[in-house]
Amino acid sequence: MSAATWPPVEHQLAQRAASARRRQAWRVYLGFGALLLGALVAAPLVGSTRLHLDSVLDRSTPFADNLDAQIFFIARLPRVLAAADVGATLAVAGVVMQALLRNPLATPFTLGVSAGSALGAMLAITLLPTWTAGGFTAVPLASLAGALGAVLIVYGLAQVRHRGFSTDVLLLAGVTLNAFFSALILLVQYLSDFTQTIRTLRWLMGDLDVGGYQPLLTALPLLLVAGGVFAWLARSLNVLALGAELAGTRGVPVLTVQRLAFFGASLATGVAVSLAGPIGFVGIIVPHLVRLLVGSDHRVVMPAAALFGGAFLIACDAVARTVIAPVELPVGVITSVIGAPFFLWLLVRKT
Amino acid sequence: MLRAAEVTCRFGRATVLHGVTLDVPRGGITGVIGPNGSGKTTLLRTLSGSLAPTSGQVTIDGVPIASVPARTLARRLAVVPQEIHPVFDYTVLDLALMGRYAHLGAFGFETTNDLLAARRALAATGTADLECRHVDTLSGGEKQRVVIASALAQFDEQDDGTARLLILDEPTAALDLHYQYEVAHLLRVLAHERGLTLLVTTHDLQLAWQVCDRVVLLQAGRVLADGPTRETLTPAHLRALYGVQVDRITHDDGDVSLVPRSLSGAAPSR
Repeated sequence: MSAATWPPVEHQLAQRAASARRRQAWRVYLGFGALLLGALVAAPLVGSTRLHLDSVLDRSTPFADNLDAQIFFIARLPRVLAAADVGATLAVAGVVMQALLRNPLATPFTLGVSAGSALGAMLAITLLPTWTAGGFTAVPLASLAGALGAVLIVYGLAQVRHRGFSTDVLLLAGVTLNAFFSALILLVQYLSDFTQTIRTLRWLMGDLDVGGYQPLLTALPLLLVAGGVFAWLARSLNVLALGAELAGTRGVPVLTVQRLAFFGASLATGVAVSLAGPIGFVGIIVPHLVRLLVGSDHRVVMPAAALFGGAFLIACDAVARTVIAPVELPVGVITSVIGAPFFLWLLVRKT
Repeated sequence: MLRAAEVTCRFGRATVLHGVTLDVPRGGITGVIGPNGSGKTTLLRTLSGSLAPTSGQVTIDGVPIASVPARTLARRLAVVPQEIHPVFDYTVLDLALMGRYAHLGAFGFETTNDLLAARRALAATGTADLECRHVDTLSGGEKQRVVIASALAQFDEQDDGTARLLILDEPTAALDLHYQYEVAHLLRVLAHERGLTLLVTTHDLQLAWQVCDRVVLLQAGRVLADGPTRETLTPAHLRALYGVQVDRITHDDGDVSLVPRSLSGAAPSR
């Protein structure tokens, strides 16, 4: 039965197929990587003032006198990097949620993370409007806390009914929690004053204007850890898509994989939402588009979704900043306005 | 090689298996037959290590199955579920390669050996030509054979003397007569030419007669009979199991047909 008993031709063909699959994966990584890199460089150039790359990179004028470079690096690049961060995170979290719940319609927000975040953010806006600590306002911290709260409640509920990890219970608990938190949000909004309501509404629309590099640097380690976890999960998520019990007989440590996928995706989503608010549609459109382009192998889909998600949100944000400049539209509006019709087209096209 | 000793399974207040003891001997095909709700699927889940019994023990070559690491077990024991519904779009080769999970490194892609094993498994089930097709475009019979290939790909290529066990849950349930016979033929080839040990549940008495070397009859969570097919699949046993008269007709060429009597008015009673 050993491989050596195979005719050499067979062996050669297998070798060729194996390396073709690896090459194909690297082509995808590099292609989508180039796309993201292009978006990262091009997006800060557009806006109410158009910049040129050569004047931005002009070394003959010092940075303090180079207005274009200042706009590029101080005003716009943090925002573009935030878009890359948030877009990548939401897209990968979407892929993971869809695999975990075995449901292609799942999003990073399906299990109530965004509603929990929103409730936290809104309570902070209403109750602690001027509170700061170590350079942070209360809003991102409260939003992260809200996300954590939602994650723990959903997880607790999924554990009570089942000794394992019932995705059905997870899904139902998440949907119910979403509705419950939304009701609380409406209640608090009804009771709060006009400016607070406007601030909450703005937050809910999503805003990538993070104000500088500091929030990004704070979020980075968390997102990198999540990235490492996702990289390890990729091959297991492939088999998990066939069903949890079958995956178990194939050698997948199902419970560990499900827990890591659930907490990894939820917490990464919580971080992204606390950075920029609940930006919709990225987490469902990007995974589907990427699968359409590169197939369903999670080892290829997840990195591609991260890179493409970043580029996609950068592009949406560039549209939001320019379409009726100098007024900047909330990016969440753009992702949904582009995303919803596109998604419907995708649905119709498939059937 | 696979042995259940006094296995009892309870779900809440319902007891599905009552102290089942049975042996799946190495080599050949063992069938598990019983009416709906008799505990066949639960027995299979217990025997494959997916479900820990409430009491009793399952051992593989004398070692408790619960103590064998999942990846080690997956290289010796493979399960073919009744149906699979992959939520995403995979090709036949992708699906076969998923059998190689227990052989992969933590982050890696499949090696030449994995591709060899997957292609060899596809060839063994006659589906090598379908390699590039998408799974959701396959017919029922093709899909079933591809799923079997995916399970075959799990086994170690090097023959280290340990047995390879393939567990199939109603492999022909969703198939028409032609594909039923195709799959039945495949099962025989796998057992008798490739030396695998097969454990199969089925509702199809004729299939059981044709492929199984031994049959275990399961009734309400207990073993009613266990032995060579010829001795267990008798009209008396089948009447006890299903409450239906089944005639065992021996043809001139020695072939046997198991034929249920047509219903004559009264509903069958057990």
